[in-house]
Amino acid sequence: MAYSDKVLDHYENPRNVGRLDDADANVGTGMVGAPACGDVMRLQIKVDGDGVIEDAKFKTYGCGSAIASSSLLTEWVKGRSLDDATQIRNKDIADELGLPPVKIHCSVLAEDAIKAAIADVRKKQEQTEE
Amino acid sequence: MQLPIYLDYAATTPVDPRVATAMAECLTIESNFGNPASRSHQFGWKAEEAVENARRNVADLLNADPREIVWTSGATEADNLAIKGAAHFYHRKGKHIVTSKIEHKAVLDSCRQLEREGYEVTYLDPDSNGLISPETVEKALRPDTILVSLMHVNNEIGVVNDIEAIGEVTRRHKVVFHVDAAQSAGKLDIDLEKMQVDLMSLTAHKLYGPKGIGALYVRRKPRVRIEPQIHGGGHERGMRSGTLATHQIVGMGEAYRIAGEEMHEEARRTLALRDRLLRGLEDIEEVYVNGDLTHRSPGNLNISFNFVEGESLMMALRELALSSGSACTSASLEPSYVLRALGRNDELAHSSLRISIGRFTTEEDIDYAIERIHYAVAKLRELSPLWDMYKDGVDLDQVQWAAH
Repeated sequence: MAYSDKVLDHYENPRNVGRLDDADANVGTGMVGAPACGDVMRLQIKVDGDGVIEDAKFKTYGCGSAIASSSLLTEWVKGRSLDDATQIRNKDIADELGLPPVKIHCSVLAEDAIKAAIADVRKKQEQTEE
Repeated sequence: MQLPIYLDYAATTPVDPRVATAMAECLTIESNFGNPASRSHQFGWKAEEAVENARRNVADLLNADPREIVWTSGATEADNLAIKGAAHFYHRKGKHIVTSKIEHKAVLDSCRQLEREGYEVTYLDPDSNGLISPETVEKALRPDTILVSLMHVNNEIGVVNDIEAIGEVTRRHKVVFHVDAAQSAGKLDIDLEKMQVDLMSLTAHKLYGPKGIGALYVRRKPRVRIEPQIHGGGHERGMRSGTLATHQIVGMGEAYRIAGEEMHEEARRTLALRDRLLRGLEDIEEVYVNGDLTHRSPGNLNISFNFVEGESLMMALRELALSSGSACTSASLEPSYVLRALGRNDELAHSSLRISIGRFTTEEDIDYAIERIHYAVAKLRELSPLWDMYKDGVDLDQVQWAAH
């Protein structure tokens, strides 16, 4: 299969690879996918006092398109508010990377990952407020 | 060294230059272009002679009689002709067929078609090394079993079934035995005087011959009958009609002749390269060889790198032309059905590479491949959340995954 230049770029030079401390109340983790399906994404975000995402890290087990989708997502969410970040749609990722129809599920997974990470950090923050 | 390096000889092989030369002599007006079925002039006679020489070369490699060789368009057609042809001929005797779960799609889909026609098929499970034992075959036989179809060498994992022993079982039970030898002919010794195989599918393009030509061996003693699947001018003793493709057949004949002379030396050389490759990869953590290593075709290595996904691995290895057991190109994301049938879990099935070595592979190619694979696996594990979890001591089987 031929990959787009953008997929290749993210695959060759993935942005924001790594881990954030899950014990930190300001860190939200979204782990989606399953090894059986051939892809697992772990997306983590760290929010500052104003609810703005100041850092994002990922690790992905999956094909090049899955790696590129999560790498791109970490770039996009940094500096956005949580509300703003929930607006990111899989179609935006697929369009930006030029994913072919058989790889759309990679962008769906990335959308699921950011939603899960946001939900996680919101839940943690509610718990700390209580 | 020329990049990319071809390490996918189990998919197809380049045509040997000697084969190409022989084929080129059967095309133009100055050369042997006639129709081998033309009986009325020397163009036809000369073409027929070339076809019959090729038939003898193919038969000689298998220690068979040239009259037992039926030309087809390839091994897929030979599989179709053998399975449907035998099933249709012997249907009054019974309608039960035995095959295995790790056969080539040409065999599995022919069996599926027969199921739609009212036949019953038993799909045997291989053992965890990918092998089908004679005992497993014997247990599956019933009074109404008419055909057993098993491959000699598996195309994905290269393991070798003991077709001589299985042939004794099928002959004792008077069941027709078909063997797909697409991956083994010219690589392993095949002696059809000794092996009680009734039908054998062959191809040229996995043995440095051209694509688009193959053959079905049909035993004469004891005689095995098949219903033709392609009707027409009654070529090939009525078993397969259609004008014979002289240049393709001559190419296959030359490829098989060369194999007869060089296969033992070549097997030694490819096995040495395979061992060099294996030694170079064994020191990576969490690697698993898929399929039996002793009963294995010399040029095949199928190996899984745990916690790394196959397609991204192939992407990191773009300088190497090889195959992955992961088919992450469809929405279903199904890993290799062969590896699944061996009992490999999905992660390992998704993380497999098939590396197949052949006539033009060099030590330099292998050393380069080893270096690239080390680099790619390390890079992708650095990116893999599963690798993190493994290193943290998490049991991945206990994790509740949100499957999608």
